Amino acid sequence: MKKLTSRIDKERLLLGIAAPVLAVVAALVVTALVILATGKNPGAAFSDMTTYGFASDSQVYILNKATTYYLAGVAVAIGFRMNLFNIGVDGQYRLAAFVAAVLGGALAVPGWIAIPLVIIAAMVTGALWAAIAGVLKVTRGVSEVISTIMLNSIATAIIAYLLQPGKLARLEQGGTVVSTKPLPSSSYFFTIDAGPAGELWGFIVIAVLVGIAYWFVLGRTRFGFDLRTVGQSESAASASGVSVKKMIATSMVISGAVAGLIGMPTLLNDSHAFSNDFPTGIGFTGIAIALLGRNNPVGIALGALLWGFLERTTNHLEFQGYDKEILGVIQGVIVLCVVIAYEVVGRYGLKRQQQKVGAELAAQAAAATKKQEVA
Amino acid sequence: MKILYGMQQPDEGTITVGGEQVTFTNPGDAIARGIGMVHQHFMLADNLTVLENVVLGAEKLYGIGGKARTKIREISDAYGLGVRPDVLVEELGVADRQRVEILKVLYRGAKTLILDEPTAVLVPQEVDALFDNLRELKAEGLTVIFISHKLGEVLSVADEITVIRRGTTVGTVEPRGTTPKQLAELMVGSELPTPETAESTVTDVPLLEVAGLHLAQTDLEGIERIILDQISFTIHKGEVLGIAGVEGNGQSELVEAIMGMRRPDTGTVTLDGADISATPTRDRREAGIGYIPEDRHRHGLLLEAPLWENRILGHVSERPNSRGPLLDIKAARADTERIVRAYDVRTPGIDVTAASLSGGNQQKLIVGREMSHDPKLLIAAHPTRGVDVGAQAAIWDYIREARREGLAVLLISADLDELIGLSDTLRVMYRGRLVADADPATITPEELGSAMTGAATGHLEHTEDDER
Repeated sequence: MKKLTSRIDKERLLLGIAAPVLAVVAALVVTALVILATGKNPGAAFSDMTTYGFASDSQVYILNKATTYYLAGVAVAIGFRMNLFNIGVDGQYRLAAFVAAVLGGALAVPGWIAIPLVIIAAMVTGALWAAIAGVLKVTRGVSEVISTIMLNSIATAIIAYLLQPGKLARLEQGGTVVSTKPLPSSSYFFTIDAGPAGELWGFIVIAVLVGIAYWFVLGRTRFGFDLRTVGQSESAASASGVSVKKMIATSMVISGAVAGLIGMPTLLNDSHAFSNDFPTGIGFTGIAIALLGRNNPVGIALGALLWGFLERTTNHLEFQGYDKEILGVIQGVIVLCVVIAYEVVGRYGLKRQQQKVGAELAAQAAAATKKQEVA
Repeated sequence: MKILYGMQQPDEGTITVGGEQVTFTNPGDAIARGIGMVHQHFMLADNLTVLENVVLGAEKLYGIGGKARTKIREISDAYGLGVRPDVLVEELGVADRQRVEILKVLYRGAKTLILDEPTAVLVPQEVDALFDNLRELKAEGLTVIFISHKLGEVLSVADEITVIRRGTTVGTVEPRGTTPKQLAELMVGSELPTPETAESTVTDVPLLEVAGLHLAQTDLEGIERIILDQISFTIHKGEVLGIAGVEGNGQSELVEAIMGMRRPDTGTVTLDGADISATPTRDRREAGIGYIPEDRHRHGLLLEAPLWENRILGHVSERPNSRGPLLDIKAARADTERIVRAYDVRTPGIDVTAASLSGGNQQKLIVGREMSHDPKLLIAAHPTRGVDVGAQAAIWDYIREARREGLAVLLISADLDELIGLSDTLRVMYRGRLVADADPATITPEELGSAMTGAATGHLEHTEDDER
């Protein structure tokens, strides 16, 4: 009996890995066809991507990018585990980064006080912005998809209004870039020097800690169990004594707080200010990465790394005479394939398990009758 | 049955319809071959008329207007169904809705009808009427496959009975010359279980007192409907209180009010001397309420989660599942193994998902889980619905055992034999009120049935006249 249990587990693991691998392979095939259609050689493109992508400076770039993407993936995944589609991660992190940048620029205290304050301000801002959607959902029944999309637009408008010279920002670089007052260098987050390859952002440590906390809280605590219960079946959750509404609001707030962290690697390790060229759209990247990583802390990390890798290498392809739109094609196809592959593999797995259980029980029953006959 | 109706594909084996071997890949194929299914849960749109429901999805056959109406009348008259095409479905009772379902199938030209547990929602008088309809269909040359776990019904309506147990055919018998007992033995493979309880264990210590529960709900059109109307009762330690009633008369809401999932407008719930009227569900569970929900898939299980997580469900704040705010996964898993053994849950392991177990085994897991936290009160809503006869007997045993150990049990069921057999006290619920009470020792299912339709109220006495 024990053997069968472990076999099912191993199979589940295998099936879990099968889906993303299948999706990536399918995406590569489609991409190859697209490159072929443009009259170029896909083989050369892929080999260029591999050699360039694994160069040491690329590795540092990818890890830095992945730090941001990982946080975005986790923020979205918290919602997903609750069956909430927090599209608003995008607005939450931009508003949070903006508030944190303004605060960081205004603070004149030592770094060991300023840095935590900046991070906390970002998390609180993200949490509050997400809480609006959460409260609307539990009190008025407003779909979080609609409200967060709208909140994204509102966040954009608020930032655009405040990020003007004379308000909370000033002109930089000869009048082309509008930016908040830069953080004093004492408030920079530490970096790890990787020699000629560049500097690895220290915020990767925070990202790893967030990943561990995500795994621990969801998998090992009562709160996490309640949260997953609501995500799997609201009716069963309320019958089991979970206050579904409270849980929806709480998880929205947590998702927003993590979303608040997304802008921090860039702000504290790279740009040190919020300007009108601060990266946008990472919230949507987070949705793709959470899907790709199956809301699993390790899976999201792999997804984030893959995304960073694709971005780095396709950028380079452009210089080799390929079309830069290849990136969009690969990413789009991967997400599409992942969703399909999970569905297919999931159904197959469930059916297989049911058959196995049936077969095992039939075997047990047969053995029992045989024993009876002997006795 | 799903295979026969094209909803699932067989691994091997063949289906032959009218001498011709066929394969169905979807329900459409089955319908094209003249096979129609009446599901246990009706698939009707309440806000449409009977005519609209019938033509829905079959508009091509006779259009949606006068021709369709004539056709419906024709079928209705031919088989004595008495269906009125222009009534809204929401105005129909359960039995009428079922006839609409049958008509829907016939309208699509079915020559073979599959009825899945058609009597589960009917009172005895309605069952008789349904059987008359079925005989009519049979007389007109149609084939009926009647699935039921109620032996008496099968024996009275069928011409040939096939017994299926654990996915295999165990025997085919003629109803003439077969007793219910023989049939049941075929089904269980051993002696027939009955829901009889032994001597009374009722004490005079009240455990659950419900007083003056009232719940009204305003529907979308702004009409206020009274769902629970002045419900009061007391269950003592060691007592099983059975509530009979056709589904949808407020039983689910009553259970939800006692569990704290729904707030009644007025009224109090007292558990073991403590007023729990304003207590949240989790605290009520911790205070000792065990809950076997009527719809285990919706309220009792996480279907896609492994068994050991389902063992935690509903008791996450209690040992052995957690210590403080942290889960104790090792202890929870060990305890799941114990439940699986003690309650004979047939599963290859505790890591399989709840969805892969059969209904009976899922239910045994739920019963095991709820009994593992020393409940004082057990709420069992339709505890044996959709479970095989073997599991049914086991679940009855557990309820009897609970009663022996001094638990108070609130039993809600549509199975009148189960209610009469297990209960110490019987109440009948009709349109949100407890309209009648009866002594389970003397009452017959027919007498209960008349109270369930609102025809009789007050204290039901068994009268000799009723025995035909």
